[in-house]
Amino acid sequence: MTETLLEVRDIVVDYPVKGFRKPPFRALGGVSLEVGPGECVGLVGESGSGKTTLGRAVLGLAPVTSGSITYRGREISRLRHRERRALAADLQVVFQDPYTSLNPSLTIEQILTEPLIARKTDKQLARRRVRELLDAVHLPSDAGNRLPREFSGGQRQRVAIARALALDPKLIVCDEPVSALDLSTQARVLDLFKEIQARTGVAYLFVSHDLDVVRYLSHRVAVMYRGEIVEWGPASQVTVRPEHPYTQRLFLAAPVADPAKQEQRRAERHRLLALQREQDEQMEINA
Amino acid sequence: MTSLWRRLLRNPTGIGSLIFLVLVVLSAVFAPLLAPHDPNTASAYDTLSGPSATYWLGNDGSGHDVLSRLLFATRLSVTLTGETLVIAAVLGIVAGLLAGYYGKFFEAVGAAGTSLLQALPAIVVLLAAKSVLGPSDFAAMAVFGVLIAPAFYRVVYSAVSAVRGELYVDAARVSGLSDPRIIGRHVLTVVRAPAIVLAANIAGISVAISAGLDFLGLGDPAIPSWGGMLNDGFTNIFTQPLLVLWPSLAIGLTCIAFALLGNALRDELERVDAAPKRRRRATPATTVTVAPAAVITHDEAPEKPGTDLLVVQHLSVGYGSADGSVKTVVEDVTLTVRRGEVHGLIGESGSGKTQTAFSILRLLPSGGRLVGGSITFEGRDLANLSEKQMTALRGKKIAYVPQEPMSNLDPSFTVGSQLVEPMRLHLGLSKSDAKARALDLLARVGIPNPGRTYAAYPHEVSGGMAQRVLIAGAISCDPDLLIADEPTTALDVTVQAEVLDLLRDLQRERQMGMLLVTHNFGVVADLCDRVSVMQSGRIVETGPVRAIFAGPRHAYTRSLFEAILPDAEARGALPGITSSGTLGEGVTA
Repeated sequence: MTETLLEVRDIVVDYPVKGFRKPPFRALGGVSLEVGPGECVGLVGESGSGKTTLGRAVLGLAPVTSGSITYRGREISRLRHRERRALAADLQVVFQDPYTSLNPSLTIEQILTEPLIARKTDKQLARRRVRELLDAVHLPSDAGNRLPREFSGGQRQRVAIARALALDPKLIVCDEPVSALDLSTQARVLDLFKEIQARTGVAYLFVSHDLDVVRYLSHRVAVMYRGEIVEWGPASQVTVRPEHPYTQRLFLAAPVADPAKQEQRRAERHRLLALQREQDEQMEINA
Repeated sequence: MTSLWRRLLRNPTGIGSLIFLVLVVLSAVFAPLLAPHDPNTASAYDTLSGPSATYWLGNDGSGHDVLSRLLFATRLSVTLTGETLVIAAVLGIVAGLLAGYYGKFFEAVGAAGTSLLQALPAIVVLLAAKSVLGPSDFAAMAVFGVLIAPAFYRVVYSAVSAVRGELYVDAARVSGLSDPRIIGRHVLTVVRAPAIVLAANIAGISVAISAGLDFLGLGDPAIPSWGGMLNDGFTNIFTQPLLVLWPSLAIGLTCIAFALLGNALRDELERVDAAPKRRRRATPATTVTVAPAAVITHDEAPEKPGTDLLVVQHLSVGYGSADGSVKTVVEDVTLTVRRGEVHGLIGESGSGKTQTAFSILRLLPSGGRLVGGSITFEGRDLANLSEKQMTALRGKKIAYVPQEPMSNLDPSFTVGSQLVEPMRLHLGLSKSDAKARALDLLARVGIPNPGRTYAAYPHEVSGGMAQRVLIAGAISCDPDLLIADEPTTALDVTVQAEVLDLLRDLQRERQMGMLLVTHNFGVVADLCDRVSVMQSGRIVETGPVRAIFAGPRHAYTRSLFEAILPDAEARGALPGITSSGTLGEGVTA
């Protein structure tokens, strides 16, 4: 196996609950995962499964209670502000909502030069970099002078991707980057992700609730359920022949865009649910 | 910000008050040049004399020139106002930024500090401060600046803590920006505008307060002040009533100018706030553009029976804009829903599918109206019904299942009371009958413990449960037509599958007609009998589901099908990475 880029080990994230002596809410209960260089690891799960929290913990935006996150062998889960800022060149993010992830009062150029300013890049150089970035995400080069509200959701998401690329990162955490987009826009943005990965060799930790999206993009997939990873392996296995009962349910729950196939899948799903219910009852009786 | 200035200059109230205030400041600055006499030289011969050629505004009780004193008093007022503003703004804005951005400790201290200051009676504190600090107006107004700082704190704190949660601030942190930089770039911009509005109002207040203190005789008598002159005028009101007029005018007009400036600023700012709202209706990115050609209609299977329940013909919906023109969002839409049939309406955001559904319910958002066509439901044209007739129809004959279950339940009433109300109204059931029926319905839609959900408040149930509750409510009066607007979009996939199952079962069981608005082809494949594809307000293709899925003919429909991912191959493992598949405790083989 080649060098691991990011390694998450037994990570636990607790959020304090308001109220006197109330036990904290455990968003992540001991999760382990790894991302290799140039790899895309999909993280799939339903709302409240902790997938977004894991992404935020890697970025240092969620409090880590215990466990370790190492980036190229270096512990990054408990960095100071200054050290975390130094890591910005390697670890970047694309958020879900392209409407709130761009400051509405800044122009696209101001948004894109932001990470460069933090590195004290020369102004001329920064401006040239902005043009390169806009080109890389297939936006017109005059887009820099315009405000985010002049762009559609898909275009905004391209701007957010360009911002993430500005410092040539090694890993981008993508938090549901296409779920706010229309179907046809979604496909084009996903292709852009693939294209950028092929060109720059950046790795993705790709968080999504959509098994199809994850299958399309990921090399390996982790399935999260109630703060834990229940299945982990190559995408061709996890997203096509899932083994864990929850992943199986998830797999069969997504409707296919084909009336005949969907009817089959529905029947399969009902069979699976009946079978799992039976097994649960068996286990209860045995216990 | 520059645009705010520009707009303020175009606002008559704004420009007027601004000009007046600039004049006030200029006359304060150039008072020594403008004043015809020395403000402190008294002419004993001219005490209480009226306006004359030498003394334009007359003389006061001690024989000072009123005009000169007024000009010099302006200096005092302007400096005091500036002092108060600077102290209040620096204290309030810094504390508000710290508390809003860092929270926790700063927030607790800030909240305690502002509550304490606001609980103090300002006038009493000022009088006490006067007696301790002596007659200096500057000391007193410094104290006032501290007392009024909470106003700035509140405004800044709420603006900052709202921005703090924005994703772009998180993105800036991930970009490696330091905290001061983030505050400078992303946070101060939102604080600036409301703080300026507040500053204008506080300036007005501090002019009045400083004048009040001087009027009470608590100021330094050696320095001319508007309040002091007013006091002198009152003493001599019977001999020279004009003396009251000049300082009153100065105080009154300055306060009014500040207040009007504040209002004008706020008006102009609110107009800025209105702009981003428009973005939602911005034209979406659609690749394929088509000339308004004829709708492609697929042939029906001839054996399909069923009478027409809803017939929409050539429907157009428009929104009136400020300049009187009408923007059409739905154009020439024709579709039918038969009894016992599910008709899917599919399209991307902005295609007008939800607008079509809302116009059938006659629930278009304000500004929207039918500009053409007809909607026939069981033989009656819904477009011509009165609001009262329509209300009787909605809920009873035509029911609605919304996209966001949570925002469609009133948080202050229990689930049960929201279910019972329409049944008592439409079906005339007694309270206990309605409750029994509600419990039956909740059980029918698959809620495990109907009694508990009945008594629960909306925030106590999950999103999937809330959608089941709304479906129960929609079918409670046995409607003939169910309009479901993206009923599963906000739900998780496994919950979506359950809700789709439920909708299918209920629809078959009750032989309802159903119009299902969605953007998901999987949902259409799962539930619909017929489907219409919408693009930019028009239906481009319509027909039986199987026919369209087997052979989409319109370019746009085909492009939508091509964008679907499920058939794509899984990407497989990256060469060089051998999947261990043994990580973590929870992993099952």
